[in-house]
Parts: sequence; C-alpha cells; structure tokens
Amino acid sequence: MSRHLKSREALLLLAIVVMTGAIALRFPAFIAPLNLIGTFTDTSPLIILALGEMVVILCRCIDLSVAANLALAGMIAAMLDVAGVPLPLIILAAVAAGALVGAINGVLVWKLDIPPIVVTLGTMTIARGMIFVLSGGKWINDQALSGAFKGFPRAVVLGLPVLAWIAIAVVLVFVVLIRATPLGRAFFAVGGNPNAAVYTGIDVGRTQFWAFTLSGALAGLAGYLWISRYAVAYVDIANGFELDVVAACVIGGISIAGGAGSVAGAFLGALFLGITKNALPVIGVSPFWQMAISGAAILAAVAINARESRRPGRIILKSVEQTALEART
Amino acid sequence: MTALPPATSLSHAETDAANAPPVLALDGIGKSFPGVRALDGVALELYPGEVTALVGENGAGKSTIVKILTGIYQPDGGTIRLDGQEVRFPSAADAARAGVTAIHQETVLFDELTVAENIFLGHAPRGPLGLIDWRKMRQEAGAILTRIGASLDPGAKLSDLGIASKHLVAIARALSIDARVVIMDEPTAALSHKEIHELYALVDRLKAEGKAILFISHKFDEIFRIADRWTVFRDGRHVGSGRMRDVTEAQLVQMMVGRAVDQIFPERTPAPGPRVMQVEGLSHPTEFDDVTFDLHEGEILGFYGLVGAGRSELMQCLFGISRPSAGACRIGEVDLAARGAAGAIGQAIGQGIVYVPEDRGKQGAIKGLPIFQNVTLPSLGRTSRSGFLRLAEEFALARTYCERLDLRAASLDQDIANLSGGNQQKVVIAKWLATKPRVIILDEPTKGIDIGSKAAVHAFMAELAAEGLAVIMVSSEIPEIMGMSDRAIVMREGRIAARLDRAEMSPEVLVRAAAGIAADAKAAPLATEEPA
Amino acid sequence: MSDATLSSPSTTATPRNIPDRLHRRGARALKSWEFLLALVAVAIFVINCFASPYFLDPWNLSDATFNFTELGFIAFPMAMLIIAGEIDLSVASIIAITSTLMGAAAAAGAGVGLLVAIGLGTGLICGAFNALMVTGFGLPSIVVTIGTMSLYRGFSYIILGSNAYTDYPAGLAYFGQGYVFWVFSFELVLFVALAIAFAILLHATRFGRAVYAIGNNPVGARFSGIRTGRIKAILFLLTGLLSGVAAICLTSRLGSTRPSIAFGWELQVVTMTVLGGVSILGGSGSILGVVLAALVIGLVTFGFGLLNVPGIVMSIFIGLLLIGVIALPRLYARLKPRVAARRG
Repeated sequence: MSRHLKSREALLLLAIVVMTGAIALRFPAFIAPLNLIGTFTDTSPLIILALGEMVVILCRCIDLSVAANLALAGMIAAMLDVAGVPLPLIILAAVAAGALVGAINGVLVWKLDIPPIVVTLGTMTIARGMIFVLSGGKWINDQALSGAFKGFPRAVVLGLPVLAWIAIAVVLVFVVLIRATPLGRAFFAVGGNPNAAVYTGIDVGRTQFWAFTLSGALAGLAGYLWISRYAVAYVDIANGFELDVVAACVIGGISIAGGAGSVAGAFLGALFLGITKNALPVIGVSPFWQMAISGAAILAAVAINARESRRPGRIILKSVEQTALEART
Repeated sequence: MTALPPATSLSHAETDAANAPPVLALDGIGKSFPGVRALDGVALELYPGEVTALVGENGAGKSTIVKILTGIYQPDGGTIRLDGQEVRFPSAADAARAGVTAIHQETVLFDELTVAENIFLGHAPRGPLGLIDWRKMRQEAGAILTRIGASLDPGAKLSDLGIASKHLVAIARALSIDARVVIMDEPTAALSHKEIHELYALVDRLKAEGKAILFISHKFDEIFRIADRWTVFRDGRHVGSGRMRDVTEAQLVQMMVGRAVDQIFPERTPAPGPRVMQVEGLSHPTEFDDVTFDLHEGEILGFYGLVGAGRSELMQCLFGISRPSAGACRIGEVDLAARGAAGAIGQAIGQGIVYVPEDRGKQGAIKGLPIFQNVTLPSLGRTSRSGFLRLAEEFALARTYCERLDLRAASLDQDIANLSGGNQQKVVIAKWLATKPRVIILDEPTKGIDIGSKAAVHAFMAELAAEGLAVIMVSSEIPEIMGMSDRAIVMREGRIAARLDRAEMSPEVLVRAAAGIAADAKAAPLATEEPA
Repeated sequence: MSDATLSSPSTTATPRNIPDRLHRRGARALKSWEFLLALVAVAIFVINCFASPYFLDPWNLSDATFNFTELGFIAFPMAMLIIAGEIDLSVASIIAITSTLMGAAAAAGAGVGLLVAIGLGTGLICGAFNALMVTGFGLPSIVVTIGTMSLYRGFSYIILGSNAYTDYPAGLAYFGQGYVFWVFSFELVLFVALAIAFAILLHATRFGRAVYAIGNNPVGARFSGIRTGRIKAILFLLTGLLSGVAAICLTSRLGSTRPSIAFGWELQVVTMTVLGGVSILGGSGSILGVVLAALVIGLVTFGFGLLNVPGIVMSIFIGLLLIGVIALPRLYARLKPRVAARRG
C-alpha cells in the first residue's frame, strides 16, 4: 500500500522492538521464550477485540459495547458449561451471542441512523445489566467450570497455547478479509467517502452493519476465551476494557475519522499495550502505572498521526510547487 | 406560461430520420421528495455514438435524473428502456451491470485507496475463492489509463495526486465498466483550459466507440462544441429535445428559463470616490505572490482568472482567514497585514472588510440556525447589551436587510437550510451588509444560483456601488466580469497577470491573460496604477 | 433605500413582509423534546407514588436528588461542549485525579479552603490540557479525551494504588452532606443555581449563540468572525472546572477517595445529555432538556431503589431509555408514510 501507511506501522514496530530491547538489556528474563509467549497469550483477547473494533472504526463508527458484550457472552458460555453443554456448542453460542449484540448495534445504526456512540453506549449498559439478570448477580468460579472448558485455550499446540493460535488465526483471516474481499474494501470506502461509496454500489448502512456484527462476534469469541482463561465469570468482567481496545486501534494508527488503517496497525497497537502491561512488573514498576502509560501513548499516537496526515493547501505558486515536489522525491 | 420556441416541435419527428434507435430511452419518469416534485413525467433518449446535452437551470431535475440512471434513486413512475427492453436499476451495482456509468460532478473517489482500486472498487477482478486479484486489477487499470492517455501509476495513492489527475481516474473508472451509456455531469467544472480540450478529445473517442453520452453542462460554448443533440428540462419537466444544428443559444436559454432573458447587466455610471483600501506586495508562502492594487469607494473591481489562480486564497487572506508572509493591506490608517493571527477576521470586519465566500454551503450559510440568527451573527455586538442577546433588535436588523434584498422566506425564524440557493446567498449578503462594511468581497456571487436571482444579485451589486461601497467581485464568468466591473485584475498562478480598464476588456484579452497565452499588447501586465 | 430595483424579474415587484415567526412559541414548545421529557418525568413520578408509600416523603425525595446533582453539574457544560461539536470523555477521570489530590492535600493537613481551591484548580488545569490538545493542536476531541481519561485516572492509580484517602476535615462535609434550608441540600441548591446560570449562558448570551453556530457549521462560524478555537477552549475549561466542583461534592459526600471513584461517570453524563435532547452530532439542545433528563434519571433510580431493584438492573432501563428516546421518533417517522399509504 502507501509509503505513509507502511512508515506508520514501521514506526510502531520500531517502538515495540526498541522498548523490548531496552527492557531486555536490564532484565534478560523478559525476552525468555516462555515469557514472550506468555505476553502474547495475555494480549490475545485484546488483539482479537482490536481487529473487530478496527473494522468498526474504519466505517467511521465506534463500538463502546465490546467489553460488556465480551462479559455477557462469557457469562452465557460459563452458564452453559455449568449446565453441561458440550464445548463446541458453547463456543458457537458465545460467538452467536456476541454477534447478536453486534447485529443489534448494526441494525440501529443502519436502519435508524442513530449515532454509533449513542447506540453502543446504550447496548453497553444494557449488556452489563443483562449479565446481572442472567446470573442473579452471582459469580461462577473455578470449581463450577468444567476441565474441558478451562483447558481448551490453555492446551499447548506446537509450543503455543490454543489461545495464542486463535489470535493468530483471527489475524490471518482479517488480513485476507481486509485485503482481498469486497466487504473488506467496502469498509475503507464507507469510512473514506460515504457519498462516493453509494455511487460505487456499496450500501453504507449494510457495510456498517457487518462491521458491528463482526466486532460483536469477535467479542463473543473473546468472551469465552477470557472466562476460560481467568476461570471466573461475574458482572464486572473486563469493565472499562473497551477503552483499551479503542486505545489499541488509535495507537495502531486507525484513523478515528474513518477510512484509514490496517490489520498490522491494530495488531501492533494491541501488542504495544500488551507488552507494556507485562513489562511493568518485570522492571519493578507498579502495575498501577499501566493506565497512565496507555493514556500517554494514545495522546502521542494521535498527535503523530495527525501531523502525518496534515496536508498543505492548494500550492498555486509554481516555484513553491517545484520545491515541494523536489522535497518529496 | 410562455409559448415554447419552435425548436421543440421537432422533438421526435426529426430524430428517427437519421439513424439507429436510442440505446437508452426514458419516458414519463417522475420522482418526488417530501414537499418537492423533482421530476414530473420527463423523457430522455440517448443514441449510440452521439452526445446529448442535458440543459436546465439549477433545480430543473438534472442531478435527479442522473441519480435515477445510476441506480441511486428509484423513480416513482415511468419506464426506462435499454435497447427497447424495459429495465430497472434497484442499486448502483445494477446500473453499472447494465452498462450505464457516470463521471460525477463532485469527484467521487477515495483518497486513502490506490488509483487501481479507485478505478475498480465495486467490480474488482476476482481470483479463485472469490478473492480480489490485485495483480490483474493493476494491469487492467494500467491498460485503461494508457487508453485515455493518462500516465499515472496504478499503485499510487490517490491523495498524492492533483485535481486534474484525480479527474482522469474518475474517467478511467467510468470506462472500466464496459459501458454503453456514459453520463458526464459537469465534467469540466474544475478543469483548466488544457484539460478541457483533452476531455473533448476523449469525448470524441468515446463517440467513435459508439457509446451514448449524456453531457450535462452550464457552459453553452461547450455544449455547442461537442453535443449532437439537446434536451431541456425546466422545473422537473421535459421542455423539448432536438438536434444541436437546429437550435440557437438564445432558444435554449429561453426554454431553460421559460421566458426571454436579455443578458443585460444593470446600467451604471461609475463614479469612483476616494481610496479605501491599498494592497501592496501582499504575498503568501504557497498561494499568491506580490499582489498590489488600490480600491476606491463606489467602484466594482473584478478579479478574473482560471479556477485555482489564487483569487479566493487572496480574498480569504484580505479577510484574515490566512496570514500573508509579506506585504501590506491598508484600510484607513490600519495595516491589516500586520495584525496577529488570533481574531484577524474580527479585525477585518471591524475595519469594514467583509467576505461573501464561494462555498456557500460550507463557509457562508450556517444551516441549522434560523435566518435571523444567520444575519445577526457578526453583528451581535450591536444587537446585544453586555453580552446578553436582544431578540427584538435582532429581528429588526434581520428584517431590514432581508427585505432590502427581497428575500423569499416564510419567516425569519425559518432554518436557512430550507431556502433555495439564491435565497441562501441573499441571507449571506444580508449578514455582511448588516455590519455596515466599507469593502465587500463577493467570491463567485452568482455561482450555482438561478438566472432570476442572478439578475437580482447583479442589480444589488450595482446599487451598493452607487451608495459608495467598494466592491470586489471574483468571477470566472467573462460576461459577468465584463458586465459588472469598472476595472478588472486577471490572476494567473498566484500572480497578477493583467490590469484592465473597462474599455480594455474583451473576452479575448481576459482569456489570454488568464491562460498565459503569449501577449498581445493589451494583455501584458500594465503598470498603470499610480504609486501611493 | 430603493426596493423596487431589487426584485427578481419573475415575481411581482412589491417588497414582501417576512414575519418574525410563523408559529407561536407556545405551539412549538408543545411539540418539543423537553415537553415529552417533562411528561415522562411526571409519569414516572406518579408511578412511583403508587409503587411505594415512602416515595412522597420530603426527606426521601431530597435523598433522591443526590442521584443526579453531581452528574448534572458536569452535564451542563458537557451539553454546551456537545452542542459545539466536541465531547469530553475525561470528566470522570478529572474527578478521580481531583479527589486524589484533595485527599493528598488533606493528608498533609490542608484546610477546607485550600482543598476547595485545589479541587477547582485541578479541574481547571485538566480542562486546560484538553483544550490545548484539541484547539491548540487540532486533534479530535473524542480521541484526545479517551487518552486523557486514561492519563488522569492513571495518575490517581499511581498516587493511590490500592489505597484510599479517608481523612478529610470535618468542614468539607458540608458540600456533599449539608443542607441550606430544610430538605434542600447544598448540592440541590447548587444544581438549581448552575442550571439557571448555564441556561442563561447558552440561551441568552452572545457566547451561547456562538456555541450553536460552531456546532452547526464550524467553518461558517469562523468565516463570520467567531473565534471558534477560543470558544471551544473556554468550554473545555468550564467542563474541567465543573468536574472539579463535582469532585469536591462527591469527595465530601463519600468522605473517602479511591482511584476508581466515579468510574464510568463520563458515560452517564453523556447519557444524561443525550437523553436531554442534545444532538450528539452537535448544533442543537437545551439546558432545560438536560435538567429534565437529570430528573428522569434521578426519579427512575430512586423508584427502583425503593422497590429494591439493584442498580445494575436499572442500567438496563437507562440504556433502553437512551436508545428508545432516539429510536422511537425515527421509527415513527419511518413507519408513518407506510401506514398512511396502506390506509389510502
């Protein structure tokens, strides 16, 4: 794609490498393979959610309901497990429940033209409330959950836990989806220039609907993974995590104005947050620093991206145009 | 209603004399929106290898018919026949599949995507598994670009291209569909002289390939240059159709407006008073350079040039939107060029310079606010007491100027968005007159408004000058420049290319100076302005 | 002034009198969002009266006002900010950092006066930083304030970790627990005063008019001589300041500070504002609507509380209300032509 996009992601990758290298110099244990795998596995839910959020943001929307959706789908999965439902069906149910919430978001945006921030603010609160109604406010913890339910994401295949493999699979699917399917390209068109998208035969609302449904389905998947990994389900699971997800996208250079971004960006944005989170205890800094660091990273990312995208005016004067051209080449 | 000119009577009788049946034939097409009947049983026929010009005022229904043809809107009634077969276009994709394609008024492209993808978005070549075949897409895009003589890299990002190149991409997009019908909606509006001629050559090539072309334009010289047939719409109705060779410009205009319009500008006896503004060597880092001129009370100074010659940028700098890098702009004792960036616009207004922008929708009218609030916005200092609003005074001020401009509105409390373009322009002008300015800058004041409102704006401009206001009028229409201005300055590529007195102005001189065609004596830059 | 020359040729030449308004203001008010909200508020009030015998007790009602007063303080400037086309999602985090700094000062022995000054000052500084990022550097406010939301609360976590400040001077208690007169708490009186002040600021001053103009068309407003950057900056400052006020009252009411204080409030404030009829796209809304939305939320919370419904379940209702109040009119507008067509 363009040089700009590539440089944006390259910059982020460089930041991650430098950061990891700097930590490794003083704390070599940090880059021990096991620790790196652990870090990646820890970050997997964030990666999955960030990719879903990315397609929503590409369409000039925002999905604030992902974390609540994750918690709801996770609770449903846990309750089904307690009821003795086989694991494949549970995973299917979690994805379906997430997709349903996403589809509701999508329909409200598509058919009723309600601003996405309002819709997902509403469904976020409703989803949290629904968890309470479903569970009666009770926790479902370790002992109540079956071994298969907890074991699946932790099972190690070819040196990596299944959870990490799932995140990798989602990334690969998204690379193909975004790069080589009409729907994937439609996300860019809808966010980049909605009026023009209509003229190319793309239904803006329908595309946004699919973005929300995708985001919801991934939140559902992440819901099962989250609950099984932490082996506990309750109302406040992943409270406020939607902001980490948006932060990962912003850090990854997904433009909040829509139409610009990449899978690599969202992936690296999530990875950046995941690595800082896991590095803090290693370098002996209180984990309470995490929040402020991600806040500062968001501000830095948005400032850098804004500076890149700022273009000069028309440039009418010939001499100036010449020098500008020379400067570019 | 005025009787139609004789040209209309030959509509269908004569067409079948020559050649093939129409590729596309619309009949009885109607379309209504809440409160508006945009199209009322219109007919339109397009023939293979011929250009049909669709002519009409703004609001005649031209864009609506384009949107129906491209599947964006669904007609309420009537038939569309393609090769005699009745068809429907439920979506833009269906219209494209049927071979109807359009090059739109606004460039409908995507800045973040590559040239190749802009050309093929929505119908990209697919490989196995239904996935997009990028290699093939780039190859085909390259082939189309070569065919239209555009040397563009299919892999370049669109945001890195200039306006003219983007336009070529839009054309390539239209041709990437195996189109039989090509719609061109004001394709030359943003193009330079040279690019327009390249476009004409392209149209000729498309004709030779047997495509049926619908050409929408406001420029009569253009229509007479390339069209074979004409169709006129007025107020959503079909007024007539025929061959270009059987019609005159006057007849077309008469059909467009439904009455004879003499292109006569108001009689004026210019009596320039003392100097109000003096611009000296005003420069901008990228947009214009070394601009010097004087402005006197009671005169109309025209600024002519091609689109993108730096006229609007200069005016916006005078108004304080952007900062100059050098030079002075003196009004009275104050040098506005020396002011700081913050509040520069407020200072310009305070010194009596006001600016009626070209982009009325974005920069002029504040849609969502009622008319009276639009009018009083820059004058709130006068209609309020220590920061508190006084509605009665606001209504009184707004009424004074709206009635003076003969605004057509249901009430002053009505949202400006519900007014026609011409009436919105009147509100914007009223807004600035209410500040009692000394200098009023009108940037393309009659662009996109109907002929009736145009005449009213011209008459009003003359009246303002007669009252002693200094008027600067930026216009790209030669008749308007020649009809209205006492003096004209021609700009080219950010610099003053010529200064002309009323007697020196002729269409040829203006065009030559604007396009930089080597000089005959009159178009050469004249240093007639006396030093200060 | 000569009028005759100006008329367009196609119409009659007499100047026309344009009326100020077509509809009386009263007629318009009946159709307004605020009227609908008022009806909802009355309905909930009546339902509550029947649902619980304890509802009409003045002290109970007075207690109920605490459900919305602090949120309301922030909702007023937030309404103006959203009308101007911006948003501030960092307000709850401003409360957190403000309360934390007040706690730290109190632990170091600061008096009530100094605590209040620190509260207001911290709010202002946080607002100023948001303003700088948005209007100074031209960054989108939604992203900037998501960033500062993490940043401000992050400072709280860095300072406090899993601890809490619980020692505040006795005099501070008045702001969140004191009563001005009979059942009228200090917070309620402040809420009413702020409502009036903001209503005047938004609806009756040049500043308020500029806010609407910016929200409807920022470029057009700038081209009309309005200093859009300055006005937006003032709005961010106001939002920060009022978040500081809310922090003082909340700290006083709770008597303790944890980093998670006021968690999720930013979304509640936005909900209140949108429910009050402020368009999230900017350009329209009123302070009266926000006041009524505050009342509706307060009454619903209180009613459910009396019925022993947990707060989290009530959030379902608030969520449905938020989507419903926006969806229903649109749904109705969409279905109306179809119904009419079927009949006709």
